[in-house]
Amino acid sequence: MKTGTTTTRVLGIFALMITAWVVVSAFFLTPADVVQGDSVRIMYAHVPTAWIAYLAFVTTAVASGLSLARKHRTLGFDRVAGASAEVGVLFMAMTLITGSLWGRLTWGTFWQWDPRLTTTLFLFVTYVGYLAIRRVDVDPVRRARRSSVIALLAVLEIPLVHFSVVLWRSLHQEASVLNTDGDVRLDDLMLFTLFSGVVAFTLIFVWLVVHRQRLAAMSDVERLVGLDAAITARRAESTVGGGGR
Amino acid sequence: MVGLLGHDNGLYADLTARENVEFVAQLVGAGTNDVESALDRLGIDSRVAAARAGALSAGQRRRTALAALVVRRARLWLLDEPHAGLDGQARAELDGILRDATRSGATVVYTTHESEVSGARIPRTITLSGGIVARDVDSADPS
Amino acid sequence: MNAILAIARKDLRIEWRTRTLLARVVPFALLVLVLFAVALDSEPLLLRAAAGLVWLAMLFAAMLLVQRSFDVETADHALDSLLSFVSSPSKVFFGKALSMFVQLFALAVVLLGAAVVLYGARVDGDGVVLLVTVLITATIGLSVVGTLYGVVVANMSGRDSLLPLLALPVLAPLLIGAARATEAALGSDTIDLANGWAWVALLVTYAVVFGSAGAVAFAPLAQSDS
Repeated sequence: MKTGTTTTRVLGIFALMITAWVVVSAFFLTPADVVQGDSVRIMYAHVPTAWIAYLAFVTTAVASGLSLARKHRTLGFDRVAGASAEVGVLFMAMTLITGSLWGRLTWGTFWQWDPRLTTTLFLFVTYVGYLAIRRVDVDPVRRARRSSVIALLAVLEIPLVHFSVVLWRSLHQEASVLNTDGDVRLDDLMLFTLFSGVVAFTLIFVWLVVHRQRLAAMSDVERLVGLDAAITARRAESTVGGGGR
Repeated sequence: MVGLLGHDNGLYADLTARENVEFVAQLVGAGTNDVESALDRLGIDSRVAAARAGALSAGQRRRTALAALVVRRARLWLLDEPHAGLDGQARAELDGILRDATRSGATVVYTTHESEVSGARIPRTITLSGGIVARDVDSADPS
Repeated sequence: MNAILAIARKDLRIEWRTRTLLARVVPFALLVLVLFAVALDSEPLLLRAAAGLVWLAMLFAAMLLVQRSFDVETADHALDSLLSFVSSPSKVFFGKALSMFVQLFALAVVLLGAAVVLYGARVDGDGVVLLVTVLITATIGLSVVGTLYGVVVANMSGRDSLLPLLALPVLAPLLIGAARATEAALGSDTIDLANGWAWVALLVTYAVVFGSAGAVAFAPLAQSDS
């Protein structure tokens, strides 16, 4: 069995081509920043991963909502939610890693407790928990219901985390020593490369989620086939044995 | 309202038998008299009623669970092997309780592994074998 | 309302019989406070950190209490039976959250007392009203979130490690809010009383949001396997 189709192959090829262009442009064509020097090139990977991290979070939330609200295709939406969360956690980890590397080079520290970073970190651990609960082996319908509820609770949690961290930093009396605006002046080519990076990563995200989701569907089917086989075997056994316990 | 009794009794081990039944009574709005008569009906004497459910024997726990079911006055009773873990006398009592429930208009559905069904008058019996309906006897009055 | 009280009373009666809170959770939480003191090894630092450490110990202790609260329900499938005849599943949620609140509130008072004794924290006139308000609002938030995630992992294998992993990130805003507001109430150089009240607003919002979410989400989460 395969999870690929013509559409996903075309999608994959596009994703590869754009990624190749981003790599070339990010490393060789775009200029170094006046202040940050070559370290600004991390931006071309960091900004798209952060975008995907939040796109995945929204995708999981919407798919979970649909899974709960609709009578049909409950499991289908749940598989999309799970697939998106898995890919999302990967990209969130990449966001945090590229972000702290970039931070080390520009601010001089790996980590800074600013609202955006802190919220992303909590989003990451929340989704690690979400994936952990998905791995608990139960019947798929129950798993779909439970994980959808947890994903929707995360939608309540993340704004509260963000708001409380903003309040936390703003009431804190030690003013931030570091200049956090890290603004980079972008010329047209830099902007275009950044935009290409976002497009490339979005395509990669869609490609991964489609495949992961199909894989999950196959393992669900396999489970059902196994169950059917077990029931058939049991029936055969009982007709031979003439019933009884 | 559905009265459900599976393989587990659904009792709190750290409450006494009486407290378990009282807890159910409080939630369904039944009074102290109902608790007493349910305990009576199941032959749970005051000594057993005052013991922690966790310290009771399997049969006594089953009786307590049935008393909680009686106090609930459910319209539909779903029982999974209610006779399991009961001795002959308790089984007869259970059949009596189920009969009373059907007389007062409730529907009782239960599964059992006993092939010969004891004294209770049962309107419909479905025999399953290997997941297939082997026999469906409907002996209810045509009225 | 009667159903909520009956369920809370049942939980508290079981707690009183088994003394889980008294014999295990309170000693554990006090031990955590002592270990923090040993680990930090600096009196000014401890005084500065007292509020945060008290609430961190509260969160850890709440994980233990929540698990105990649902182990009682799932040991003999009592929760399934309870849900089959209770008039609304949200009553079970609020009943269990109420008993959790009573226990956690008692624990919070003990831990604050310990912070006064061990860390030299001081409660003075102005701060008392704020302190009591924070204790109540934050403990309500902790109780509803604990109960909500307690039912998620109830009856699940590996629940002892899953519960903290799921619940602690969700409790982060509560920890930040309760710690800062308590710090303000205890009198601190870095945060004044007015700011403390700003945090109380956050704690109230938090409790309302997760209280309502719990009332809605409890039923789909509590439906059993099989």
